[in-house]
Amino acid sequence: MAKSNAARRGDGAEGGRRRTLAGVAGGRATLAPDLDKVIHERLRLAIVSALAVNPSLTFNELKALLKTSDGNLSVHARKLEDAGYILCAKSFEGRMPRTEYRLAAAGRRALERYLEHMESLIRMTRG
Amino acid sequence: MARTRPARAPRPPTEDVPLHDRAFENLAFIRDTMERAGAFTGVPGWGGVGMGLTALLAAWIAHRQPTVDRWLLVWLGEGWLAFAIGGLAMVRKAAAGDTPLTSRPGRRFVLAYTPPVLVGGLLTLALYRAGLVTLLPATWLLCYGAGVVTGGALSVPVVPVMGACFMVLGAAAVFLPAALGDLLLALGFGGLHLGFGWWIARRYGG
Repeated sequence: MAKSNAARRGDGAEGGRRRTLAGVAGGRATLAPDLDKVIHERLRLAIVSALAVNPSLTFNELKALLKTSDGNLSVHARKLEDAGYILCAKSFEGRMPRTEYRLAAAGRRALERYLEHMESLIRMTRG
Repeated sequence: MARTRPARAPRPPTEDVPLHDRAFENLAFIRDTMERAGAFTGVPGWGGVGMGLTALLAAWIAHRQPTVDRWLLVWLGEGWLAFAIGGLAMVRKAAAGDTPLTSRPGRRFVLAYTPPVLVGGLLTLALYRAGLVTLLPATWLLCYGAGVVTGGALSVPVVPVMGACFMVLGAAAVFLPAALGDLLLALGFGGLHLGFGWWIARRYGG
């Protein structure tokens, strides 16, 4: 039901989440524009978080860890790559292609900003 | 031990979720993902319980042996049996979860766990040849404990705690009379495996 509502609004799940943050923020609307939309999506947040505690992870390792499909992981990893948050290296292991991801410095900073953002939201809504 | 949680949000976005709840949820999600990505979650709970039971039996049998050689034979047999039980349980649990032994966290766990255990094996040979068999309980408990601490540093927090408990017992074995060796081995390889294995199985599964 929520999905169909979101579809009718034409903003999708991520848009719904953004609306929630902005709507609940109310008078503190300055917080919402700061939110990094690239990293806020769940799977992209999971990719960045997983890479933050590993020097690198292969496509298959990420897929198994995050329990997602090839297509889904591929799309979201590409978005992070386009944003400069992760680095992708393609090679061959024997005859098998191997894709390895690393967290870029910009990605680590983005994760740190996101964490600070969440913590500040908690502090402000409690205070 | 493998908690399976999809990367997708478990509930659809709604307008009535308080902002701080969502922020909390996001922070918990990040922490959970980091824990699963960085930790080896294949340490077996029920495998530990099995190892504990065989160790208690071994301690009872070993304590009744008339010669040192037969005493050592019982404990070496128990060592290989525990290795088989624990190894098989770990491989099965790791393969069923997020982190098989061949994954990066799995390989790092094996690399960290193995050296102290190998040292314990070599010291067993050296101490036996030197006629210092009474030092074996302390050596086994300390080396195994060190392996569990180092390997456990890459696993869930309870594992290194178990390793530290083994090392405490090993340290006690250094200073206590040799006659208490079997008791300390039973407390360590039996009691600690049973207790922590049960806890791991209940808290983290398998």
